[in-house]
Amino acid sequence: MHDKPLFMTYSRGDVANFVVLMALAFAVVPLMIETDYWYSSILIPWLCLALAAIGQQFVMGYAGQLALGAAGFMAAGAFACYNIELRIPWMPFPLSLLFSGLIAAAFGVLFGLPSLRVRGIYLMVATLASQFFIIWMIDKFGWFKNYDSSGIITAQDIVIAGRSFTSPMEMYLVVAVVVTVLTILAVNMTRGSVGRNWMAVRDMDIAAESMGISLLRAKLQAFALSAFYCGVAGALFAFTYLKSLEPVAFDIKLSFQILFMVILGGLGTINGAFIGAGFILLFPVVLNTVGNAWFHGMIDATIISAIEQVVFGALIIVFLIYEPLGIAKLWENLKSRLFSRRPVAEAAAAKQEPAG
Amino acid sequence: MTQARNFPIGGPILEVENISLSFGGVKAITDTSFKVLMHEIRAIIGPNGAGKSSLLNCINGIYKPQQGRISFKGEVLDRISPNIVARKGISRTFQNLALFKRMSVIDNILVGRRLHMGANFLQIAFQTPAATREERENRERCEEIVEFLEIESIRDTPVGKLPYGLQKKVELGRALATEADMLLLDEPMAGMNVEEKREMCRFILKVNDELGTTMVLIEHDMGVVMDISDNVVVLDYGKIIADGPPEAVRTNQDVIDAYLGVAHD
Repeated sequence: MHDKPLFMTYSRGDVANFVVLMALAFAVVPLMIETDYWYSSILIPWLCLALAAIGQQFVMGYAGQLALGAAGFMAAGAFACYNIELRIPWMPFPLSLLFSGLIAAAFGVLFGLPSLRVRGIYLMVATLASQFFIIWMIDKFGWFKNYDSSGIITAQDIVIAGRSFTSPMEMYLVVAVVVTVLTILAVNMTRGSVGRNWMAVRDMDIAAESMGISLLRAKLQAFALSAFYCGVAGALFAFTYLKSLEPVAFDIKLSFQILFMVILGGLGTINGAFIGAGFILLFPVVLNTVGNAWFHGMIDATIISAIEQVVFGALIIVFLIYEPLGIAKLWENLKSRLFSRRPVAEAAAAKQEPAG
Repeated sequence: MTQARNFPIGGPILEVENISLSFGGVKAITDTSFKVLMHEIRAIIGPNGAGKSSLLNCINGIYKPQQGRISFKGEVLDRISPNIVARKGISRTFQNLALFKRMSVIDNILVGRRLHMGANFLQIAFQTPAATREERENRERCEEIVEFLEIESIRDTPVGKLPYGLQKKVELGRALATEADMLLLDEPMAGMNVEEKREMCRFILKVNDELGTTMVLIEHDMGVVMDISDNVVVLDYGKIIADGPPEAVRTNQDVIDAYLGVAHD
């Protein structure tokens, strides 16, 4: 049956998972991995995009609102952070991040308004506005880029309490701390009544309303928090991964990638955001390595990279057909098969069913 | 129903006055008035398409009648939406099940506690003592409901995987969790076998007896209606053709005609 809470609302399993993950993130990884490549090309973008994917989870996986435009909110957060750092030099970096998130959240509420009237694919089209409007606004008004004409602005150094974090490993630690904190908050919210209200709206809005949930509040809250997470993720993405600010980096392709992360990872799960982000980010790298190792010299490199795209696309389709609930669900099934705890509960449920 | 009740039937709690509802040219409800008394079990019966569900949807705020007014506990329900009606103390179940299919049984019932949970998202995110206490207390309430409905073994199963009869039970559980003053039950026993129906009746009577919850239920099974309801409203073609205690309604000629059909001359 269900685990009894060990600490606050966390079960024994939660605490164990948390300890293992923290040990991995803050002890094993920094001690074991020395090459900058791993930090700056894999771990940092993975964590940043996973954070944005959590934002996408809120609005799509939990609240069931088909929104597309996460990269727009990331751009808002990135440029907000740049401008805060630029114009208010005494502002501590964590606070800059917080305000960047809040500014993105304001955009989230604004672009979430269509969700009160339209749904499904139409909402997706309506939310694309955030993608195009925010990028357009940053390009149109020079103030946001501090009238820089080169098009690419270098991000400021991250300075926290007088110490600057410039090496890839240091930047990784900054990102890991922020992502850890925001993930814990996300888990708390999604397990608590915030997440339940969102899921109720997702599964049956009229019943949710009849239970006293205000659809307006629940939907706009999901959009605001989603944009907050995307905004912080965008700021981290620009400051630690890109190390520069350019609106092109936050184009529609990135929005789609975040959408795919959530779908592939598993809708309505927080770990799905991490799994999906890892999959979308690493899979092309794996395919590339495998392709080069097997077919090197035999086939033209351009054809290999084209085949990669085809395989990637095909896998996504196969995956969606056979496991629409995502990799997180596969993982859960595997776990329950290994430890065979869940089947007992389900057998009991089956027994309750009337025979006819 | 002859022995003394914990909550004797009182004055009107809900007053429906002259409401009319039409969809385009189709009249669903025409100039209908009736009163529901405090703590009673009131059945609404009538042939298919008589406007029973539309009537519940009007009370619940899903439909807005073009004419007339509805007042609950002396307060006119004006410019309403389902979530405002819920806040006034009316909860409901739906004819075709409106559960949160991908959520577990316990989570479905917990959503029913929505109006008893006031912590905002920041308190929940940071797990403040008030938020954790609130969560724990409401979970305990829901566990009691799970126990009451005897569905402990499925508490963590996603509702979408459950058979129909159990889903109906969960939906009743969710409505009970609201602790509303009045429950609107839209065919709570549809599609159930005799045994399941008997069980459901027991739950309804028990809740009414122990908590004094006023119940308005739509039901097709005449046996059930005659057994558990204090008063019956009969609707036909969007109009009330009879309103009174079950015995009186059963012998009413208009009701017999509506159900059995009669040659109109």
